[in-house]
Amino acid sequence: MTKKVKLEDMSRREPEPLIHLDQEELMRLPPPLDDRSKDHAWSPLSAQVREKYECSLDDTCAVSVPQPRTKEEEEQLVKKFLSGLDKLFTRENNWTFLQPLLLTMEHCARCQTCSEACHIFEASGHNELYRPTYRSEILRRLYFKYLKGGGLLSAWQHGDITLNWPLVARLIELAYRCNLCRRCAQTCPIGADNGLVVHELRKLFSQEMGIAPKELHDTGSMLQLKVGSSTGMNSVVVKDNLEFIDEDMSEKTGLEVKTPWDLEGADVLLIHNAGEILAWPENPGAFAVILNAAGIKWTLSSELAGYDSINYGVWYDDAQFARVAVKHAEAARKLRVKKIVLGECGHAHKALSVIADRILTGDLNIPRESSMTLLRDIVMNGRIRLDPSRNDFPVTLHDPCNMVRLMGVVEPQREIVRKICPQFREMEPHGVDNYCCGGGSGFAIMSGHNFPDWRFQVAGRKKIEQILNAFGDCLDPSIPKYLCAPCSNCKGQFRDMLAYYGLWENQRILYGGLVELIVNAMVDVKPGFIEWEWR
Amino acid sequence: MTSLVYGTIYAAVAVFLIACLVRTLRYARAPLHLRWELYPVAHEERRRAQYGGSYFEELDWWTQPAGFNLLGELKVMAAEIVFLKGLWEFNRKLWWRSFPFHFGLYLLIAAILLLLLSALLVMFAPGLMVGAVGMLLHWLYTLSGLAGAALVMLGALGLLHRRLTDQALKTCTTPGDILNLAFFVVTIGVLAAGYLFRGPASPSTLTVVVGLVTFDSSVGIPGLLAAGLILGSLLAGYIPLTHMSHFIAKYFTYHSVRWDDQPYLRGGDLGRKIAEYLAYRPTWAAPHIQGDGKKTWAEVVMTNPAQRVKK
Repeated sequence: MTKKVKLEDMSRREPEPLIHLDQEELMRLPPPLDDRSKDHAWSPLSAQVREKYECSLDDTCAVSVPQPRTKEEEEQLVKKFLSGLDKLFTRENNWTFLQPLLLTMEHCARCQTCSEACHIFEASGHNELYRPTYRSEILRRLYFKYLKGGGLLSAWQHGDITLNWPLVARLIELAYRCNLCRRCAQTCPIGADNGLVVHELRKLFSQEMGIAPKELHDTGSMLQLKVGSSTGMNSVVVKDNLEFIDEDMSEKTGLEVKTPWDLEGADVLLIHNAGEILAWPENPGAFAVILNAAGIKWTLSSELAGYDSINYGVWYDDAQFARVAVKHAEAARKLRVKKIVLGECGHAHKALSVIADRILTGDLNIPRESSMTLLRDIVMNGRIRLDPSRNDFPVTLHDPCNMVRLMGVVEPQREIVRKICPQFREMEPHGVDNYCCGGGSGFAIMSGHNFPDWRFQVAGRKKIEQILNAFGDCLDPSIPKYLCAPCSNCKGQFRDMLAYYGLWENQRILYGGLVELIVNAMVDVKPGFIEWEWR
Repeated sequence: MTSLVYGTIYAAVAVFLIACLVRTLRYARAPLHLRWELYPVAHEERRRAQYGGSYFEELDWWTQPAGFNLLGELKVMAAEIVFLKGLWEFNRKLWWRSFPFHFGLYLLIAAILLLLLSALLVMFAPGLMVGAVGMLLHWLYTLSGLAGAALVMLGALGLLHRRLTDQALKTCTTPGDILNLAFFVVTIGVLAAGYLFRGPASPSTLTVVVGLVTFDSSVGIPGLLAAGLILGSLLAGYIPLTHMSHFIAKYFTYHSVRWDDQPYLRGGDLGRKIAEYLAYRPTWAAPHIQGDGKKTWAEVVMTNPAQRVKK
């Protein structure tokens, strides 16, 4: 049994991790994954990695913060942290989230109601380190000690904490052990929000110290702002790729598929997560088939970032977030479209529709809509002909947190699958009570060192349990099953996690988007759009 | 002694009101933040509120009339405030301790208000207090006060027991958490003992309150009851200085954060506020921001750090 960590352990100078995750202690999975002897062995971090980076939190390393070489460097970093902490609580620097942050800092009753709602805490076997309040309590104590005067009375009332580099280094890693799904916040009797605390910590590290996982910053938002997409595709390459997809789709569906580019005055500017174009080309292809068949006047944009809806800043950096959101809006403004429709990407939905709403002012505030809503209108109003018997296989639906709990788009996708999938079954719980796929807040694209082990064995564990339970009546490799996930990041997590657990190979559980199911049921399309092949 | 008791009560009420006001203003004056709502949102249209849907589910939602389901919001609020519905749903074990505690506090507040009303009637309509109305009020504040004290005591002991024994709470518990609950137990204990063992010659509760309202220090309050009243006053003044003032915070966490789904529409008050915030000058030091306190947020946002020209 792992020794229970205390808050003061965060300041421990010894470089050994605070905890070791023993697979025996992780939440038990249902059949066929209930045999612990067949568990994946967790790849240990190499001695070289441990020597080079700060890895003193647990058995993995997400951010790869280089170890400071001198005492002075350590002190400088702590100083920077303190200056960032101060900025986090000022109007000028953090008007964006100051009010909810203050409320959470000053009113958590530490009742731990949130803990049982957290899939990571539960999956880890209730490991104290992953309790949602653990990291919040560290920040709270620092807040009262360094920003509210501190002193003996404060330490007695709010608790004490020793600030040093080991604590900061561990806190950086700990800020990346949460999916930001905010399921914990939903259950808080007071309305405190531990997900927000993680968000704000990540901001502090990025905006003041310049520390963020390279997948989110260097090859994420920075690359997107440089070439137009975090995939690295510039506008020429993306157009080439879409042309190829159009050809492929035309052949596959028997319909002429043409993706319009930069059509001024279009009704709809569709923005995909550009990852779809490379990893799951049938998704943008299926969108084109549906929108063309429904007679929608739509377009894609080739402007910088206008063809990639991702906005990783939403997970770690307000400035990067706002910059990308403005680029999306500028692309729409330039084309004078009536509305922006977001493809199957959860965080892009929330980022552009909800959070950016109070950044996109004046003529940049172009209406944004979920593709789920538009697709529901097309499917339910008979704008395309559908044959549900083509989808006569078990289907379950994953609710992307950003689209559902954090945006309230719950029913449109359900109405569609209920109509076109005779064997649809819900996961439990679902809707706004869903569990995260485990890839949320950027994890789906973070694969450094042995982080995927943690991502699949801890963060995604609860979702694996849900999937297996949803298909509990047909866990037979001869029955193909479809896990519908209308979100690119969730799909990325499912692709890697289903493979990790051998659930395609041994159980024929395939993942995919919603539009693929719709096109698969379209009467005017050649049968067999879904090919039941792993990718 | 009576002057000390009344003086402490006046001072505590003043501290309570001022501290609550300061806290409320502090949150109310914080800048309008970016949207961070969490579904279900209680004032959504009735059908959607049931499963947590939002207006984003409507095609061309910005063309639809903006509805506000006040009744739905009030229903959710009432269930939450009176019965702590969220806790019942998500932490039943705690609810059995927390509900009696909070409901007991409501009853105590009701008893205080009824006593104040009775005191005003004694002063301005003494005839009313002689008959049935006086009798009814007497029983109402007595029963409400006793039941409230019993429930608060029961709840506080339950919460204290949990705080001291539940391993899940141990990591984050501070000495202050223990003291806060112990403060309630001791205060209610002394108040109850002072009331129950006050002796036949002592003034009635109503007489004490009339004395308080009329600044009459000749009322002879028995020692134990006086100690209870002083403790109660100190507790009342202490609460808004701590996280126990979540009755204020909860208004904001629900109405200004979880349920704040107000969309930006061009112009309007929202636009004016955002324009003001975009003129703030951040000092974030990371290389991709380089907030020097001169550039505004708007300028930072319009800069592309990936395409900065290298000099």
